[in-house]
Amino acid sequence: MSDSAKPPQRDAARANSRPWDDPGQKPFVQITGLTKRFADTPAVNDVSLDVYKGELFAILGGSGSGKTTLLRMLAGFEQPDAGRIVIDGVDMTLIPPYARPLNMMFQSYALFPHMTVGQNVAYGLRKEGLPRADIRQRVNEILALVKLEGLGNRKPEQLSGGQKQRVALARALVKRPKVLLLDEPLAALDKKLREYTQFELMNIQDQLGITFLVVTHDQEEAMTLATRIAVMEAGKFVQIGTPTEIYEFPRNRFVADFFGTINLFAGSVAALSVDTLRLRATDLNGEISAPASGCTTGDNVWIGVRPEKIALAKTAPEGAPRNVFKGVVWDLGYYGNLTVYRVKLENGRIIQVSAQNRVRSSERVAEWYDEVYVSWDAHNSVVLRE
Amino acid sequence: MTGPTALPPRVDRWWRRTVIGMPYAWLLLFFLVPFLLVFKISFSDPIVGQPPFTPLLSPQGPGLFHISWDNYRFLFDDDLYLVSYLKSVHIAFISTLLCLLLGYPLAYAIARAQPPWRNVLLLLIILPFWTSFLLRVYAWMGVLGDHGLINNLLLWLGVIRQPLKILYTDLAVYLGILYSYLPYMVLPLYASLERLDPDLHEAAADLGAAPLTVFRDITLPLSLPGIIAGSMLVFIPAIGEFVIPSLLGGLDSLMIGRTLYDEFFSNRDWPLSAAVATVLLLILVLPIMVFQHFQARDQAGVQ
Repeated sequence: MSDSAKPPQRDAARANSRPWDDPGQKPFVQITGLTKRFADTPAVNDVSLDVYKGELFAILGGSGSGKTTLLRMLAGFEQPDAGRIVIDGVDMTLIPPYARPLNMMFQSYALFPHMTVGQNVAYGLRKEGLPRADIRQRVNEILALVKLEGLGNRKPEQLSGGQKQRVALARALVKRPKVLLLDEPLAALDKKLREYTQFELMNIQDQLGITFLVVTHDQEEAMTLATRIAVMEAGKFVQIGTPTEIYEFPRNRFVADFFGTINLFAGSVAALSVDTLRLRATDLNGEISAPASGCTTGDNVWIGVRPEKIALAKTAPEGAPRNVFKGVVWDLGYYGNLTVYRVKLENGRIIQVSAQNRVRSSERVAEWYDEVYVSWDAHNSVVLRE
Repeated sequence: MTGPTALPPRVDRWWRRTVIGMPYAWLLLFFLVPFLLVFKISFSDPIVGQPPFTPLLSPQGPGLFHISWDNYRFLFDDDLYLVSYLKSVHIAFISTLLCLLLGYPLAYAIARAQPPWRNVLLLLIILPFWTSFLLRVYAWMGVLGDHGLINNLLLWLGVIRQPLKILYTDLAVYLGILYSYLPYMVLPLYASLERLDPDLHEAAADLGAAPLTVFRDITLPLSLPGIIAGSMLVFIPAIGEFVIPSLLGGLDSLMIGRTLYDEFFSNRDWPLSAAVATVLLLILVLPIMVFQHFQARDQAGVQ
């Protein structure tokens, strides 16, 4: 159990260990060439993935990306057409779901309505044929872990949404699976509860050391929960990396746009210096500086810049080399902690800028229709080739 | 609801009461009143005359009321009635069990079929209702008889030398009830199986339950309301069934419906047949009360 005086070990442990970068580490979950077709259309297309022990790995994708099919193949509810699933060195590809050493938390929670909370949680242990006393002890332990002590005799319909979610989690965890699969674990919770539950999930994962595999469509959920994320699109992984890698170094426009908000400019490389390129943007009056990124002159590429990397001011900023454009505040959204501006540049292109409201004040940097300058450093531009 | 089309509250309340009250008025008029009449007759004595029973209120007799318990006493003295009650319960019970055994896999398969197929399969289940019930039972006589379809086929194939005695046996009655009442079993079973969340089966499998265990632990208990409803819908009318045992059953397939018919039409003993009917109703009300109890418990569980 965690000692509340001590900060969670999570951050230190995660920052120091990057098993995926260590060639000596053996992957715990190994997926190779996994393919599943539905009526000749591949839902999952030749997917390979290594997940390491103790990771909290997120598979992120929109609807129809194949992420749910991948999860169902891991659980054993779908048979792959090709490929292998190896968990802890044992080939699971042909093992039926009830004999796999992993458990799943369903998006619908799938609590058995005719059983009490205690019976729901005990179900998996009863199927293992454990002695009654052991079952009672482990059920009580896990109910304490998810803070549901004393609710063992309730029926699922007598619980709130957050309580149901925790029963589902307890029921899946109590069997001490090698891997816990979570299908959109926070989707049905309201915003406040999500944030709380998110940290709860991470703490529980730290305490038990079980490998978590989360499937989600919510990039914020993936970003805050996961050690690593695989972005999935049309049955394939587009990029696999840590949340920071994916946010700051997206591989292509799809990832850049799916993962957070980004302003994208298309154009061709007009000039190159040692480490900087100048892009002639097709929809801007001017050029944008960005890291050279191995481009050659004449390449058609895209440049992306995140809204929070852009500064907004009423006077022209000094100091080069910065990308500076003049425009008018076209739209404005106040979020309390930050303000999002939509600035219309002189040629009509609208770009999004977000500014932290660092000072408590009733005045904003700029109001509707104010003339403003937006600017950002060259190294905050990300060059995308596809 | 106070939209422009909403009724004024007083009219709305009146309308609600009318809608709820109408079926109750119907039951009062066509079930409770006739039953009370039958109940009253069961305390009279039979006479030759019009009507063929003595009045309860007799101003010229020794007392004002003349209540006779003879009919009920007679029901217990002559074991013909006890035998036919027991036989009815026995046949209805076996038939209900057969309907359940055949109907459950059928309903399960329909509930698990692809959605566009479900309606087609359900339509096929209720298709026989488009033909007269009586005609269909007559048709079974042609199928089961000594020179019927089954016997002719088996004789022709050389499986048997003598025709099998199927018609006019209990077996024929079971087959007739099974055939006629199967849809009443399948429809409520389908309704409860179709509602089951497939995630629940997968969750049970995920927690270590093999397919048969999933069925025992999850599917069966959650479809219990459908099993009870279907069984009641078959059992209750099967007890009082008259046409099927009369046409397909033998002399020993003496069910209470037949006994009632004989007392009423052949013996013209209205008071005795009224007593038979009253006791029959009591036997039928009992399982309904059991059903109500289960439903009430179910409702309490939901709240």
